[in-house]
Amino acid sequence: MAVGREIVTKIKSVQSTRKVTTALEMVSASKIKKAQDQMETSRPYVRKIKEMINHLAQATPEYKHPFMHDQKADRVGYIIISTDRGLCGGLNAGLFKQTVISMRDWENQGKKIDVVTVGNKATSMFKNSSVNLKANISSLGDNPKLTELIGVVKVMLDAYSAGELSHVYLAYNDFINTMTQAPTVDQLLPLPKGDEAVARDNWDYLYEPDAKEVLDNLMTRYIESLVYQGVLENLASEHAARMVAMKSATDNASDLIKDLQLVYNKARQAAITQEISEIVSGAAAV
Amino acid sequence: MTTIKCDIVSAEDAIYSGDVTMVIASGVAGELGIAPRHAPLITRLKPGQVRVHHTDGSEQEFYVSGGILEVQPNLVSVLADTAIRAKDIDEAAAIKAKEEAENLLKDSNKQYDLAKVQADLAKAVAQIQAISRLKKKLKR
Repeated sequence: MAVGREIVTKIKSVQSTRKVTTALEMVSASKIKKAQDQMETSRPYVRKIKEMINHLAQATPEYKHPFMHDQKADRVGYIIISTDRGLCGGLNAGLFKQTVISMRDWENQGKKIDVVTVGNKATSMFKNSSVNLKANISSLGDNPKLTELIGVVKVMLDAYSAGELSHVYLAYNDFINTMTQAPTVDQLLPLPKGDEAVARDNWDYLYEPDAKEVLDNLMTRYIESLVYQGVLENLASEHAARMVAMKSATDNASDLIKDLQLVYNKARQAAITQEISEIVSGAAAV
Repeated sequence: MTTIKCDIVSAEDAIYSGDVTMVIASGVAGELGIAPRHAPLITRLKPGQVRVHHTDGSEQEFYVSGGILEVQPNLVSVLADTAIRAKDIDEAAAIKAKEEAENLLKDSNKQYDLAKVQADLAKAVAQIQAISRLKKKLKR
């Protein structure tokens, strides 16, 4: 019977789509745990470095690291962390929106924007826009390494140290929980003033070789680890967002299949009824 | 026996944490042996070993590719680098990242943008669907 051939094909195609979305959902669900663990393990490092910087900044008041005080320049830098792949709902779109709003603010004040991108999506978004794309890294995969980020971070830090940038921002998706990810644009440089007015005991470290060198070293590590942390947060967010997006896609596909099945059954039933009534009326005429 | 807490962490991993009697590391200014109640100290580390002595007299070794060592009276923290860092290696990484961006910008005309093509395709498919639906309606 040729009834509803198109409907059957349509059902088949929706079913195969559902298979794909289910698979993607399960892949993300299994990866999210690992991403979260990675995020947790890198936190103590950042906390520790931050403590040391706070302390060093107080210990050597005669040496002010350039990352600590405001400087005048007509450019602003952004490090934008995005995913490499799509199918993760509005994750990237939300982040870019937030970032562009922040950029507009600076542009209205007459500043130019420099951008460094991490991930394919940010690259394709910003390479054709009016901002200046300085550096880029993509395809970090599911196990990003800090070493891979050194290059892009250094491009920004060098520009800042050279006095070309007045501010540097970091844009990424903050992982709050599986259901919520917050697009975040944080100021990296100059370092936001700490609330370290608390009087400390009168002790100081011994420095080897000297405070300035240790501080220089710490600063770079600190910024790198913040960016790395951002990458990890973004990765966990990506998996969470993809899981949720694929879950709802799977649900939608199921609904669609149900509806189509109903339409198909009705059409089939109508055809049978029609055939019977034709036979009956034909028999009556004889 | 007095002990000192020792944490060895890198940005990617928590490597070691525990109470030890002695930490030996190679700082930029020379070998360091840190016993409990050492004076507060911060130093850069050279790539090399960090050795810890456990309370039972056994020894454990870790390899770090540089980093920073901080000593507080009851705590030794080693912030290990994840790879050997040198000025020229960092420089090379920065140059590579820049080149990558330049290539992208250069090729942006030739190389078709996957995301854009996908969006165009989706639009075309939607149009075709709309047209075929319209045709069906007109037939009836």
